[in-house]
Amino acid sequence: MSSCSTDTCASCTARIPVLEKLGIRMTGWDHVVALAGNPNTGKSTVFNQLTGLRQHTGNWPGKTVSRAEGGFSLDNRKYKLVDLPGTYSLLSTSQDEKIARDFVLFGQPDVVVVVVDATALERNLNLALQILQISDRAVICLNLMDEAAAHKIDIDHRGLSADLGVPVIPCVARSGEGIKELLQAIREVATGMYTCSPIKLKLKVPGLTEAVKNIADSLGEAFPSIPNPEWIALQLLDGDPVFLEAVADGTLGQLSEDPQATLMKRTS
Amino acid sequence: MTTSDLFRKIEAYRWNLPRNFHDRLTESIYGEANRIASSRTHRTGESTRMAFQRTLDKWLTNPFTGYPLMALIFTVVLWITIAGANVPSALLFTGLIEKGQPFLKNVCESIGLWPWLNGLLVDGIYLTCAWVVSVMLPPMAIFFPLFTILEDLGYLPRVAFNLDRLFQRAGAHGKQALTMTMGLGCNAAGVIAARVIDSPRERLIAIITNNFSLCNGRWPTQILIASVFLGALVPPALASLTAAISVFAVASLGFVFAFLSSWALSRTVLKGEVSSFTLELPPYRPPKIFRTLYTSLIDRTLFVLWRAVVFAVPAGAIIWLTANISIGGESIAWWMVTLLDPVGWVMGLTGVILVAYLLAIPANEIVIPTVLMLTVHMTGLSGVGEQGAGVMFETSETTTLAAILRTGGWTTLTAICLMIFSLCHNPCSTTIYTIYKETGSARWTAVATFAPVIMGVVLCSFVALAWRLFL
Repeated sequence: MSSCSTDTCASCTARIPVLEKLGIRMTGWDHVVALAGNPNTGKSTVFNQLTGLRQHTGNWPGKTVSRAEGGFSLDNRKYKLVDLPGTYSLLSTSQDEKIARDFVLFGQPDVVVVVVDATALERNLNLALQILQISDRAVICLNLMDEAAAHKIDIDHRGLSADLGVPVIPCVARSGEGIKELLQAIREVATGMYTCSPIKLKLKVPGLTEAVKNIADSLGEAFPSIPNPEWIALQLLDGDPVFLEAVADGTLGQLSEDPQATLMKRTS
Repeated sequence: MTTSDLFRKIEAYRWNLPRNFHDRLTESIYGEANRIASSRTHRTGESTRMAFQRTLDKWLTNPFTGYPLMALIFTVVLWITIAGANVPSALLFTGLIEKGQPFLKNVCESIGLWPWLNGLLVDGIYLTCAWVVSVMLPPMAIFFPLFTILEDLGYLPRVAFNLDRLFQRAGAHGKQALTMTMGLGCNAAGVIAARVIDSPRERLIAIITNNFSLCNGRWPTQILIASVFLGALVPPALASLTAAISVFAVASLGFVFAFLSSWALSRTVLKGEVSSFTLELPPYRPPKIFRTLYTSLIDRTLFVLWRAVVFAVPAGAIIWLTANISIGGESIAWWMVTLLDPVGWVMGLTGVILVAYLLAIPANEIVIPTVLMLTVHMTGLSGVGEQGAGVMFETSETTTLAAILRTGGWTTLTAICLMIFSLCHNPCSTTIYTIYKETGSARWTAVATFAPVIMGVVLCSFVALAWRLFL
């Protein structure tokens, strides 16, 4: 299941970075990494593997409802890792989905790791595709490969990577398999060694391109600090109540200026 | 361009978009996901594991077999806990209380510590902490790993699935079953877990009723009282099983209260439609036994124990002070207990228990240790744990407890009413604070805090009245 012959890779010190688990000691980080994905795909397990923390994991969807943060260090660079609540989409309106969406959009993480359940690829890709529309730097962690194998499911992860335009790393987070490769991919994307070209969905709706562009331009003028105005424009056209309200009362700019504070306010 | 102009522009564009725009947007995502997934995945054979899991689910989530199996599984878990906790409890009792307390007292005396400080430190703070550890550690060290194994297996979502039918009928969200099962660990966590519920109405119901899930802090109380008093009513061979069944009955009663209060809320102040949702049943996964043992011992057992000890330190000091500072010839503790005794009597409890509940608002975990401390102080059993006063002690810890509590005027009725009151009283201060943070409303926080206390008082009084009239 691994991509290259791991024996030679493992012995090559130049390529395999040394992981230092930092727990919650994460002042002065260089990169912010977000962990997103459907519920119960093992995000918290990946989180614990990387940070050395023991965020409670459990075999049920919805275990994590708020963000958990931890840190790790790799090649003298410090990474802050944010474990987001599991969601099926970024379109819905419940608290946990809002937390995840706001962080991916406004928190502007350097890398979004989308943890994907290999046994239910199609359903998990829905979220992955939505995230790829927002974020240009992402890594897909194809988790639960052992269960996929038990279910006799074979996944062409290289082909998947070619389709999505981002690295796809097969993993068994519970046993730590593939975590090294995942770290490698995170580092490459974070430092710009790997340039992602995520798949962008094309929608054949007359007048849409013009509308999105026009609104995005105005958004950029009115709220210079907001990230990804095109995507927000699309959500506004789709009638997203949260964004519409934020435009109407002029608070959209504040959402992006201080994502931490906004998140705190919204979650409490 | 002002924001209101921008808003109008967006609205104008929206009118010009096709009416099924939202569907087409969604379809484009789903279509692409389907295309990619089917081209990059292929099955190499039939999955046997899938078939096995289906069979398991057929039994565990079936409307007829699901509930009895649920009762059986939880009773077995409780039975193992109760039967297994006896021996280590007795050992800890001997070590920490019978031997430890006099030893520490002697050490303090020999270094010439003032008697009042010696009393405050050893008789107050140390003794309360020792009670906390010896009473709570063994059941927790057995119960939490077992519970975590159930969780890791993937059984808890099945419990939620089974309960969903009932919650739906109560006008509550099915995911409330999930938050209730979370509440079995910790109510504060259960209250936060209610974030998964989209509708504010149903989320509020879930938050208010979460307290009816027996939490970490209350399981040991239930287990202890059930084994000391109810287990003693039957022949020794059946004692553990009887205790396990009664604890399960109390926990189930909690769920019944949650249904009833959800039903009442959704018919009165929180009217509305039940919204539907998808509950994903995760695959059963073999638990990693050592990981489970480690995390449940470190994260749950020691965490809860530490929290209990932290609260026990000031509580122990306060208990000792109230028992040793006199007003008008009697100690403060005596006044408090005497004042609350009549109320306690009506509820089938004692003044000591009510004082303990007042002191234990910060943490439910210290109720039993506080009761024991107060009883010892009130009844003048000053010899507890001291050398030479071993007359009332028998070999096992539970009988010692029973002896202390009987001296404090406890009967089977007291035990039953305490079990009910432990289920049905105000949430701990952490949970109250969490409810306030999650709802942002002082009014709903007050409802969630006082409604269970009122229910508990009424229920206990009713049980006590019936008991005294008919038995």
